[in-house]
Amino acid sequence: MAHAKNHDYHILPPSIWPLMGGLGAFIMLFGAVIWMHGSGPYMFLIGLAAVLYVMFAWWAEVVAESNVGDHTPVVRIGLRYGFIMFIMSEVMFFAAWFWSFFKHTIYPMSEYAGTSYVEPSFYQVDAFHLPLINTLVLLCSGMAVTWAHHALVHENNRKDLEHGLLLAVVLGILFTGLQAYEYWYLLVQQDWTFGGDKFFSNFFMATGFHGFHVIIGTIFLFVCYMRARAGHFTPEKHVGFEAAAWYWHFVDVVWLFLFFAVYIWGI
Amino acid sequence: MADAAIHGDAHEDERGFFTRWFMSTNHKDIGILYLFTAGILGFISVAFTVYMRMELMEPGVQYMCLEGARMFASEAETCTPNGHLWNVLITYHGVLMMFFVVIPALFGGFGNYFMPLQIGAPDMAFPRLNNLSYWMFVAGASLGVASMLAPGGNGQAGSGVGWVMYAPLSTSETGMSMDLAIFAVHLSGASSILGAINMITTFLNMRAPGMTLHKVPLFAWSIFVTAWLILLALPVLAGAITMLLTDRNFGTTFFQPEGGGDPILYQHILWFFGHPEVYIIVIPGFGIISHIIATFSRKPIFGYLPMVYAMVAIGVLGFVVWAHHMYTVGMSLTQQSYFMLATMVIAVPTGVKIFSWIATMWGGSVEFKTPMLWAFGFLFLFTLGGVTGIVLSQAGVDRVYHDTYYVVAHFHYVMSLGAVFSIFAGIYFYLPKMSGRMYPEWAGKLHFWAMFIGANLTFFPQHFLGRQGMPRRYIDYPEAFAYWNYVSSWGAFLSFASFLFFIGVLVWTLTKGKRVTENNPWNEYADTLEWTLPSPPPEHTFETLPKQSDWDKQHSH
Repeated sequence: MAHAKNHDYHILPPSIWPLMGGLGAFIMLFGAVIWMHGSGPYMFLIGLAAVLYVMFAWWAEVVAESNVGDHTPVVRIGLRYGFIMFIMSEVMFFAAWFWSFFKHTIYPMSEYAGTSYVEPSFYQVDAFHLPLINTLVLLCSGMAVTWAHHALVHENNRKDLEHGLLLAVVLGILFTGLQAYEYWYLLVQQDWTFGGDKFFSNFFMATGFHGFHVIIGTIFLFVCYMRARAGHFTPEKHVGFEAAAWYWHFVDVVWLFLFFAVYIWGI
Repeated sequence: MADAAIHGDAHEDERGFFTRWFMSTNHKDIGILYLFTAGILGFISVAFTVYMRMELMEPGVQYMCLEGARMFASEAETCTPNGHLWNVLITYHGVLMMFFVVIPALFGGFGNYFMPLQIGAPDMAFPRLNNLSYWMFVAGASLGVASMLAPGGNGQAGSGVGWVMYAPLSTSETGMSMDLAIFAVHLSGASSILGAINMITTFLNMRAPGMTLHKVPLFAWSIFVTAWLILLALPVLAGAITMLLTDRNFGTTFFQPEGGGDPILYQHILWFFGHPEVYIIVIPGFGIISHIIATFSRKPIFGYLPMVYAMVAIGVLGFVVWAHHMYTVGMSLTQQSYFMLATMVIAVPTGVKIFSWIATMWGGSVEFKTPMLWAFGFLFLFTLGGVTGIVLSQAGVDRVYHDTYYVVAHFHYVMSLGAVFSIFAGIYFYLPKMSGRMYPEWAGKLHFWAMFIGANLTFFPQHFLGRQGMPRRYIDYPEAFAYWNYVSSWGAFLSFASFLFFIGVLVWTLTKGKRVTENNPWNEYADTLEWTLPSPPPEHTFETLPKQSDWDKQHSH
């Protein structure tokens, strides 16, 4: 850059990724619509591939910038602010699903005057069976992340950092697996369906979006694991790891709300 | 593109056209991209309304025929009314204006360009993410336009469901148009959320040394408050329209009564977003207007701190009043009473702002340059729209006015006249700064008066129509409503003519306008940091952070 820069903020050179990301998003969503209306999934898949590639390339660039020292202390504060606000927006996204769930559970349409809707009867899940185990799996995973974090911050213990992250990732995958098993059990072995009743809609969309966030969080932690193995992160400077940990705890807390509201109280 | 026009200056800029405008990481260039794109979409959206006003000019259906849409009425040929076309036009007018014109212009355009300058930041906190916001907005707008042209309900193109996309109409509308519209709103929302994260981080993290929160210029504050509203309201909308999407395509029953769902739930979630949305639209306008009024009254703004906290209060209250949009859905009286009272409370901080603007002018030496005229127009029209808002906030009165033209008049006074006038005020105020060229004063004034008269002529009679009981969203009306509809249509044509004139003024200014040589073409009361920079500002600004003496002109608050 020809100009003298007399501050610690991060001024970036031009980048192709935002344009590619916008293009990929357009192709992906347009493809999703024509897929829903009977054409094949090809356009969607092309767009998805583009979006995933842009994510990979963009974040790889961010990591590279971090490694060459562009992320000064003030930039790191900004990155943290940014990520906290991203999580806040995610919380508000879940607010919509919980709103729907609470409305339909507290004021079911079957109690409205003049309705012909009758609550269906279906197989009841025991919250203290598999869902409780799943809760523990996810909480243990959160603990493993905290272990890794402490290992890094307090003693710069690389071995424990890697072990903690790996354990968190494995437990995250286990959670996803158990959740998939539960879906399979309810949909195939029992009488549940995806649509057809507002209870199933709420259950599958709320837990489904949570599950989707678990998968994202698991990938995020796995990236951190690979970065830790590559020698990234120091006790003072590990914004990416911190963000992953915050995200993981957010996913934890959403699950706790789901567990108490949907599994214990709702079913 | 405005490349040569806006930045023809000799300062060294080695970027090629593609690099500069398609790969930008520069907040000023992205701001200009936002303004131009919003302007183009705004033109499309306004063109729709002219066609609608043509149709409403006289009773009966003359233009929107099933036999084919016409530009000229014809006695000889029969015309079967095409209600779907009408519905499509009102839908896309609303969707474009709400999501793709006003937010991108005020928040994306002016916010991007001037918020970092006002706080003395060299750029946004996340310059690359900033460009992603812009391109996602373009992708969303493209999906929106695609939705308009794609197969939709009634065997025709487009969806005729209204911008609010109420279930069950939106869940039963056939074709892929509705799904494209849903994704368009998703993308626009994601773009705005990323933009909001960027703005908040910039505001919190990158203020010039010494600029404590109570010293930040009002426009920067307005963008900060708006960003919070976007951050917390838009994800909720994303949830609601995702439910629509799955109800339409995957058999869920969130809003389908036969499966225990509830269409009213959609209205609640939508308006939980929708009411903050109207403040998202207008609060950046508040910020621009504050600077213009102070500048052209040659006085510092009256009551800086109350102005800041009034915006914060409006933002907070905006989240707890949503159901006043739905008094007639069968809520209990208790709920209606609460929403009525809460809504009226908003008049207090809004009054603080209005009276502080008036107090700023009081005793000042007011100079009616074009930006000040627009600010004046804003003040008058926004107050008028606010007063009819108080009328509509009464649950009992709303029984009569609900879904009539009175509501249409009300929200066009606050948004089309309030927010849009603040956009024009901002354009004339900042055009010399952004382009380095001065618009012809007479042309700006002519544009203002044509639009001011035109807009009032359009919307003031709609109050009468509403009081007479004319419902909104109809293609036709009985003879009794003919007179004021005729007047209203002429107003719309005049406004449109003023818009065309504005395009001419803009092109003329950017190509032939008189060069602005000084940093500050106005006066010393335009005392924020953007006026310490050359016009137009160089590619990189504040590479050396500004000193406190550059901007801190007033005693501490």
